[in-house]
Amino acid sequence: MRQRVLGTGSDKAVRQPRMANIVQFENVGLRYGTGAETLSDISFTLASGTFYFLTGASGAGKTSLLKLLYLAQRPSRGIIRLFGEDAVTMPRDRLPGFRRRIGVVFQDFRLVPHLSAADNIALPLRVAGIVEDEIDQPVREMLAWVGLGDRAQARPATLSGGEQQRVAIARAVIGRPEILVADEPTGNVDPEMADRLLMLFDSMNKLGTTVVVATHDFNLLSRLPGAQMMRLDKGRLLDPTGALRYPPVRPG
Amino acid sequence: MARSSSTRSSSERRVLDEAGGVRAMTWVMAIMLFLTVLAAALGIGTRTSARSLERQLSGRLTVQIVEGDPVARDAAAARVLALVRALPGVRSATAVDRTELETLLRPWLGEQGADPELPIPAMIDVDLADTGSADRVAAEARRISPSARVDRHQGWMSPVTGFMATMTWLAVALVALMVAATSAVVVLAARAGLETHRATIEVMHMLGSTDIQVARLFQRRIAIDAAIGGTIGAIAGVLVVLFIGLRLQGLGSELLGGVTLDTGGWIAIAFLPLFFVLLATVAARVTVVAALRRAL
Repeated sequence: MRQRVLGTGSDKAVRQPRMANIVQFENVGLRYGTGAETLSDISFTLASGTFYFLTGASGAGKTSLLKLLYLAQRPSRGIIRLFGEDAVTMPRDRLPGFRRRIGVVFQDFRLVPHLSAADNIALPLRVAGIVEDEIDQPVREMLAWVGLGDRAQARPATLSGGEQQRVAIARAVIGRPEILVADEPTGNVDPEMADRLLMLFDSMNKLGTTVVVATHDFNLLSRLPGAQMMRLDKGRLLDPTGALRYPPVRPG
Repeated sequence: MARSSSTRSSSERRVLDEAGGVRAMTWVMAIMLFLTVLAAALGIGTRTSARSLERQLSGRLTVQIVEGDPVARDAAAARVLALVRALPGVRSATAVDRTELETLLRPWLGEQGADPELPIPAMIDVDLADTGSADRVAAEARRISPSARVDRHQGWMSPVTGFMATMTWLAVALVALMVAATSAVVVLAARAGLETHRATIEVMHMLGSTDIQVARLFQRRIAIDAAIGGTIGAIAGVLVVLFIGLRLQGLGSELLGGVTLDTGGWIAIAFLPLFFVLLATVAARVTVVAALRRAL
């Protein structure tokens, strides 16, 4: 299932994913209001089960691109296909079903302030209609995995930034989404926790989840050598083929 | 560990907890229900009284035999009485005792009203089983005594029944206004709630919540507030209605004493809180779903 090949950037054996494209962008543009385009001519495809880093400087358009990916925004132009279906003209009432297949780690966490850490993590399962009996166990496991087993009943306001981020990540992955989108997921955690979280994403990827992690932290990229990378610059994708690797592949 | 569905409801309810605007809904609903119960009780009470009055009066009339000669008057009265009693559709016919007539006239004529020479008309109270027989009674009475007058009681009371009908419609209008005002309050509360919880709702949407799932959170919250407030308001309203009812009974007035709630009226009032909870739930759902449709 796993399509990303771990190895160095010079590894010639980097395999291209052969599975069906789970995400397809064609000449996508995004404009907020009447301003200039935030994203222009974005074209790329993500095969199922791949692991991509999305990089670029602050303001390059990473968050906007992710918003299109997790269906929080419709593009101003172009074609977006998700799970083989047109996501641009998709009726509103079909969006929830697609969103449940996508896990999102928001840059600002977006935890529900009145809910405990456990209830925040359980939210996607409850939204999906999972019976209550089957919620406790995975929530406890997920809390333990992100190192918050003793903070289950803590509300977000009483958690540190790093703890909130871990709750946000646990909430994003607990539903075993087909696509996991993470916007700067390790920005507020120490390097050790960043490693653990990255390994969690990697584990999910090994189980078949397509992972897209937006970051400008090249240290994070170096922890998964050979990972595929898309680079945004001023709203344009520098390498639409997705052939970029970090560290960069040396010719010859 | 098995958890009941109420545990789930409790978990879901907490998503929208701590909303001050929604808490105020409880008291608004209490006031609305209190006023609605009073208006409804007024409407139902006056309607019941008007119907009862109509029932009592529509079949009653008085035949007056106006004759200067007491002997001829009494003879004509006796003949009319016998004839009317024999008519079909007449439940009963009773000659009004002269002593009773004198008592009735005393406030206007003083003690002279008791003068046996005073030409007081002979009166016969008629109670009809069939109100359609009134014309026939009048015709028969005039055939025996051409100067006989027939007074239908319903005619005397028509201004009163008209007033009661006006009060009933006024009460209906008040209840309708309360329903409209309650709907408006719920719409405003739901919109305020949406604004308060905008961030949470966005997250819920991104996690795959449908509009209906989000609306259900609001409608449940508002339904609970409406149920608590409605019950408080309805109980207070019923207590006031009972108190007024006791006061009316204490007046000893036959007319006002008739302003009571029958079993159907009490059942209608008992259903008012349920109706308002349903109204609030539907208004909240429609408002929230309509508002969410404007977002992606």
